[in-house]
Amino acid sequence: MIEAQGVKKSFGKHHILRGVDLIVETGETLVIIGGSGCGKSTFLKSVIGLIRPQEGSITVDGVDITRLSDEASIAQYRKNFGYLFQEGALFDSLTVWENVIFGLRYLADDIPSSRYRKIAKEKLALVGLKDVEDFMPSELSGGMKKRVALARAIAAEPSYILYDEPTTGLDPIMSDVISDLILDLQKKLKVTSIAVTHDMKSAYKIASRIAMLHEGRVLGVAHPEVIRVSTNPYIRQFVDGLSQGPIQMKLKDYEPEPEPR
Amino acid sequence: MIKHLIDLFDSLLGAIGGHVLEIIEGMGQFAFLIRSTVQWLLRARVEWGQVLRQMLFIGAQSMPVTTMTTFFTGMVLALQSGSSSKHFFNEPLFIGTVVSFSMVMELSPVMTSLVVSGRAGAAIAAELGTMKVTEQVDALYTLGTNPIRYLVIPRVLAFLFVLPVLIVVSDFSGVLGGWVVANAKFRISPNVYWHDIVDNMEIKHFFHGFLKTFVFAFIISFISCYKGISTRGGAQGVGKSTTEAVVYSMVCVLVTDYFVTAILVALGIT
Repeated sequence: MIEAQGVKKSFGKHHILRGVDLIVETGETLVIIGGSGCGKSTFLKSVIGLIRPQEGSITVDGVDITRLSDEASIAQYRKNFGYLFQEGALFDSLTVWENVIFGLRYLADDIPSSRYRKIAKEKLALVGLKDVEDFMPSELSGGMKKRVALARAIAAEPSYILYDEPTTGLDPIMSDVISDLILDLQKKLKVTSIAVTHDMKSAYKIASRIAMLHEGRVLGVAHPEVIRVSTNPYIRQFVDGLSQGPIQMKLKDYEPEPEPR
Repeated sequence: MIKHLIDLFDSLLGAIGGHVLEIIEGMGQFAFLIRSTVQWLLRARVEWGQVLRQMLFIGAQSMPVTTMTTFFTGMVLALQSGSSSKHFFNEPLFIGTVVSFSMVMELSPVMTSLVVSGRAGAAIAAELGTMKVTEQVDALYTLGTNPIRYLVIPRVLAFLFVLPVLIVVSDFSGVLGGWVVANAKFRISPNVYWHDIVDNMEIKHFFHGFLKTFVFAFIISFISCYKGISTRGGAQGVGKSTTEAVVYSMVCVLVTDYFVTAILVALGIT
């Protein structure tokens, strides 16, 4: 279970998270929706410890990441997670299979390196890829990169998977393929997940519950079907994708990169 | 009018203060990077595969450029010293001594370092910068390692192993370049040229230049890595980091050269 309480994060004068309270139950997929710059990615990066909140706590299986300070315990905490980056973040200099097994060398000491290639093949098969092991990331399409990144995220068999905009930048069919994959992995691996997305079609498909984030706070958390018929004007405007409504999009959004820790 | 001047002074002071704070913050982060690198070196297994890959890139692939640069520098030195001594003494004297001392103690370490910082330092800053802006650096954290362990340590070690070797090769190439000109232009026999070198040069003169290379390797590697992993802001940020890595490395090499030389002179290694 992931439990966030009063999480606050500012970058200079910009208050990104203003007190986020969220609970993600074991085995569920919580989808966080919200406009650009509302703090979705900042929250996700706070959960895995890439960003340190100024206030609040994020507890995963009894361990509060905001209280961890030494590299070793943070690394130990991160062993439980797989993280799918928005653009995949595959290592350019490594082949597909080297990318997939990259984390095993650090996260799973007990696996002999002779098995790495076989494991990479298995994980790639799980995300529907075959015979791409020796390709370089630059030779793959956007959808294939996302799937390789997904294979890399699940390679060390984490208990939690965090998806940062899993369908952004993909065509509608590939977006649906990725959503199906996430659902499929959810069933097969029984992981607990948080997905951040703008894509409502994908959100309805993969979510156990949906949380709407607005101006650094959670507006509401509910079952997808409840969100679908919600009368809350903020949620209504977002899910219907309307420019007119209570949510006033700033012309210049601000969500800087995380500082190194 | 006075209020306007006060406002102007105020904003000027603010801008200067902001800039100074930025520099101090940068220096702090640079020092933090060095500290973390030492800690990780002591704590974790070194990625020797990465070290070898970087050694190949920094060393083997830079060698043709550095060798050619110092070869021609040796040629120029021989031409200048031969022409000058011929002008004053009617015959070219001590070309071998001038070329070897200049190359081994000063020019070879400095020029090789400058060329390597322009080639490998820039490439490292660009590579790490691109990794930073495409979240590959964050991905390292999520995959159980650390950019210092996986990216910085291999590059720093590769620089420390390879730059001294490059510089020794450059010493020879510079002296060889000098010999070509001494022989072809001033008709000095190889025997005389080599005796000029061997009779006057001691091992400490070699060490004077050789010891500097470790300092230069340290400077170039850390500045390039620091600039790379502190990149912000997309393609423009990568370009800025790359330029700054080269400029800062070159300036620091030249400035540090004086102080290292002064220390070596004080220690009698000259």
